[in-house]
Amino acid sequence: MTVAGVNTVFDPSAIRREFPVVTSEINGKPVVFLDSANTSQKPNVVIDAMSTFMRESYAPINRSAYTLAASATQKYEDARAAVAKFINANSTNEVVFTKNATEALNLIAYSWGRANLQRGDVVVLTHMEHHAYIVPWQMLQQERGIELRWVPLTSDFQLDLSSLPTLLAGAKVFSFTSMSNVLGTINPVEKLCAAAHGAGALAIVDACQSVPHAPTDVRALGADFAMFSSHKMCGPSGVGVLWGREELLEAMPPFLGGGNMISEVRLDGFKCAELPAKFEAGTPPITEVVGLGAAVEFLNGVGMANIRKHEIAMSNYVLEMLTSRFGDDITIHGPRNPELRGSTFSFAFRGIHPHDLSQVLDQSNVCVRAGHHCAKPLMKIIGANATARASFYLYNTTEDADALADALDSASDIF
Amino acid sequence: MPGIEDLYREIILDHYRTPRNRGELSPPAVCTEGNNPLCGDDIRVYLDVADGVVRDVKFSGQGCSISQSSTSMMTVAVKGKTIEEVRAFVRRFKHMMTLSEDGESIDQSINLGDIEALQGVVKFPVRIKCATLGWNTLLEGLNEATK
Repeated sequence: MTVAGVNTVFDPSAIRREFPVVTSEINGKPVVFLDSANTSQKPNVVIDAMSTFMRESYAPINRSAYTLAASATQKYEDARAAVAKFINANSTNEVVFTKNATEALNLIAYSWGRANLQRGDVVVLTHMEHHAYIVPWQMLQQERGIELRWVPLTSDFQLDLSSLPTLLAGAKVFSFTSMSNVLGTINPVEKLCAAAHGAGALAIVDACQSVPHAPTDVRALGADFAMFSSHKMCGPSGVGVLWGREELLEAMPPFLGGGNMISEVRLDGFKCAELPAKFEAGTPPITEVVGLGAAVEFLNGVGMANIRKHEIAMSNYVLEMLTSRFGDDITIHGPRNPELRGSTFSFAFRGIHPHDLSQVLDQSNVCVRAGHHCAKPLMKIIGANATARASFYLYNTTEDADALADALDSASDIF
Repeated sequence: MPGIEDLYREIILDHYRTPRNRGELSPPAVCTEGNNPLCGDDIRVYLDVADGVVRDVKFSGQGCSISQSSTSMMTVAVKGKTIEEVRAFVRRFKHMMTLSEDGESIDQSINLGDIEALQGVVKFPVRIKCATLGWNTLLEGLNEATK
């Protein structure tokens, strides 16, 4: 693979060639994929790893003694080890594969939440959370009357930490995103985890938007739980990761019951399997986990620090270029400082409804998200019903940003 | 790929730029709200029904050009019609948007007029929900008003 040697020299054009969809065309025009905050494209190594696995090595895991099954189990566990190392987990027991990151937070709310939260207990969230990090807690609120508190935003799209000590007083949980999927704001995760612990609360981090884009060290962050999805980090959809401190996972009751998560089942009861199988009931997404393992190796080869550096440069370019071309005609909902944000830009443009905007951009094969980005409370707070969102990743270049701007120009002609 | 001109026909853009019957009606007019979770659009339709006739209709809310113009055209079309006429008209419209498989109950003699322009939306399946949002909200309002 050509990108293996790119540790020191980051070459986006070489990286692009590894992603078939990124270099594809529709109607003879190149695709400009700017929706990676939604889901990322897949490199050849991931596609090949999955098809090779299905072609040559597919078998059940953890169930059978034959060579093929043992080898499939090994590949599945190798992927877990790769993920654990990727985020600097203490052990592979701390890495649980789920269906997606949404399921991972539901697992926490259901299993840890129902074992530990009673009426009146406080869970602190923020105004920039994704629906997946709001609704599971609201379900618990409806079920047993926990109290939800919200960290508001400042006018420059940061979390307003002035009220944090008050909000955290007496709280059991502080659950927050590492980076807003709408605003691009990167939150001070270490500081927030420390604040949670200072108040005696657990720190639960939605790391979906940061793990694919920057180095992640869960131990250094000081979090208790974190979750992220494979499909946003060059891996396949269908698998997410729950990371949790081992003693917490150990003490939690199981989530889904079924095969693989038990060590013993009798007519009068069952005994849970050891971690991490305890939280992996039923046949898992075996091929997808193998694909995620390949994605992690790919990202390691490119270097996460290189990716972060590239995205800071992209943010810098996008902000300057859009502002110089469109001035006040474009409103970017998010921080201006590239160091404080990811390369995800929600914007309003010349009063054109985002849905219409994305439709016109599609004529130029420019793929952006339009809508509320599964963050309706945040949209209400920033005063937008919907926004268009362009998000950049390791395979995007300044040419992609220019293509976006050119397509925006053509939208003005229609409306 | 269907051309963007199939979607953004002039009459549609006209209703988007200059919506008709935009506003609110006070009770006893009924108000129903419709949302399109995909794009965050929300529309409120106000219906004043008396003696089985839609006396007045207005709409408010936020949305894309397709949902706004479709709702605007809808209000123009249904004002002054009897409830039965409105229901038949909505069936005819939804049939055009290929949402109704049952062609039997469709009165093909109903002339949709300008609303025919929305047929191009069918080529953009994601947008069909935008075009029908106001109409589904109207139906809910009719049910409410005739309870």
